[in-house]
Amino acid sequence: MLDSILLFLAQHTAIAAFVKVILLVVGFVMPLASLSTWAERRQSAMMQDRLGPNRANIGPFKLWGILHFVADAVKMVFKEDLVPSKVNRSLFALAPVMAIAPVLIVFAVIPFGPDLCVGQLFATVNDPSACLATVPLQVARMDVGLLFYFALASLSVYGATLAGWASYNKWSLLGGLRASSQMMSYEVCMGLSLMGAFLVYGSLEPHAIVVAQGSNPLNWGMVTQPLAFVLFFTAAVAETKRAPFDLPEGEPELIGYFVEYSGMRFGIFFLAEFIETIFLSAVVTTVFLGGWQVPGLDSSGFGSFHLPHLAVVLIQVVAWSLKILFLCWLQLLIRWTLPRFRPDQLMRLGWKQLLPLSLLNIVVTAAWVLWRSGGN
Amino acid sequence: MSHAHAPSQSDHTPSSASKKARVGVRVVGRPDSLEQRIYLPEVIRGLGVTAKHFFANLFSRKYTVTVEYPEQKLRYADRHRGLHRLMHREDGQVRCVACMLCPTACPAHCITIVAEDTGNKNEKRPRSFEIDELRCIVCGLCVEACPCDALRMDSGVHAPAVDFRGDAIQAKIDLLKRGSQSVATQGGIGADWRTQQPTVKQYDPPK
Repeated sequence: MLDSILLFLAQHTAIAAFVKVILLVVGFVMPLASLSTWAERRQSAMMQDRLGPNRANIGPFKLWGILHFVADAVKMVFKEDLVPSKVNRSLFALAPVMAIAPVLIVFAVIPFGPDLCVGQLFATVNDPSACLATVPLQVARMDVGLLFYFALASLSVYGATLAGWASYNKWSLLGGLRASSQMMSYEVCMGLSLMGAFLVYGSLEPHAIVVAQGSNPLNWGMVTQPLAFVLFFTAAVAETKRAPFDLPEGEPELIGYFVEYSGMRFGIFFLAEFIETIFLSAVVTTVFLGGWQVPGLDSSGFGSFHLPHLAVVLIQVVAWSLKILFLCWLQLLIRWTLPRFRPDQLMRLGWKQLLPLSLLNIVVTAAWVLWRSGGN
Repeated sequence: MSHAHAPSQSDHTPSSASKKARVGVRVVGRPDSLEQRIYLPEVIRGLGVTAKHFFANLFSRKYTVTVEYPEQKLRYADRHRGLHRLMHREDGQVRCVACMLCPTACPAHCITIVAEDTGNKNEKRPRSFEIDELRCIVCGLCVEACPCDALRMDSGVHAPAVDFRGDAIQAKIDLLKRGSQSVATQGGIGADWRTQQPTVKQYDPPK
């Protein structure tokens, strides 16, 4: 039964992609994004010796306040959707979509598990490449891989910029301007810092990068490319426009590029920001933390302790989720610990510190890769 | 650099500098060590502090001092000013004699009293006694002004949340409901706290 479904999916890749999109977006990304709106408030409270929102309940069920995100969603939907009279209406409506669509689409390139070996779910698989038919646990396997991510990430700048411009508000325009300058500056460093990892693992394709990292943590990107890890993580946090890089929002002086948005339109910007943090965690996991790899777990099991294929895959998918949860937690920790940069400090950090360091990283890595391959 | 606050010789002659006291600007270099200028070790140290608080509060509420209000209540000080109440005589009548001192003292004009004749030539009494708790600024001047110990704010009750502004007006009947018998002597008439304990049921403020 399960095998025949998988075989059908292996043969019809378009339907399989649809199923995987549903699984990934409805089953993982959206719930996690909604939960992080609650987790952010609860975690920041814990860090600041408060309790945070723990009141929302359905009858007697409080669930530590997790239901607050339901209350938030209901509030957002029922709030008045105010459109100021002088806005550019079409662009004003387009901006939230431009903010959320790219960050949802880029999840297509993230592998959330290894290839499923059709027909051998309950057998021990020693060599996954010998499978007759496979269902990759990745929506789209493209050779351009992470370049696709950079292409779409630069599109998401338009969400902030259009929102700032279309609102006909000088503060939101300043916010949009800051957002576009910041995101463009840091995208350079993001791309260059990943270049070292591409050189080491010999591919742009996320699944190939994860497979190349293997189950030995000493071969993961965080160990082989420590400088790139720090650079990429910093630049990517700046790309999400959250503290300490939240200048486009800048509550005390600007309120941000979404100052004129209300109701669910604002909610979409809010959600896009959280999805962006999850996606950043996914990229860092894929390139630097071994993706779905578990230390010591091969496709046949832990060393000589054999496990059925399905169990191995499930463990690896859970490990992938846990790595992402940890990185989301870390981002919230950073967001509530560090003070905001000044615009000149932000630009200095991006262009005069991160950029030369990432160039240095590429040169050193390229030399090392060349030396290891024997100069060929 | 250490003498940068002294007037420089090239700009001013010594005589003009000694004549006029000037505010100097001392340029002080940042005392940052290399470790601080790299910033990353300090970031990690900062994250360590917040993570320590996070985990300590997550597992044992070690540092939190939050009082979860509806379930947990702190005892208020005796002089805490809560919702108003009107005190009773020993026969349950209102102690207020409608002297109008409290609406006169009230800076927010939130007290409205309509007096009526009691038939007793010595006293009036309030026909209606209303306090708009939304206008009240909880200053307690009305209580200070009252010569009869008729109006108090020691109920320990918070002003309730209401759906309509009118609902926040406390009428005489509401104010009396929270009242209790005062054992202060009023105009030389009535019970004396030295000799007589209250005879009607006492109001029990919430703990």
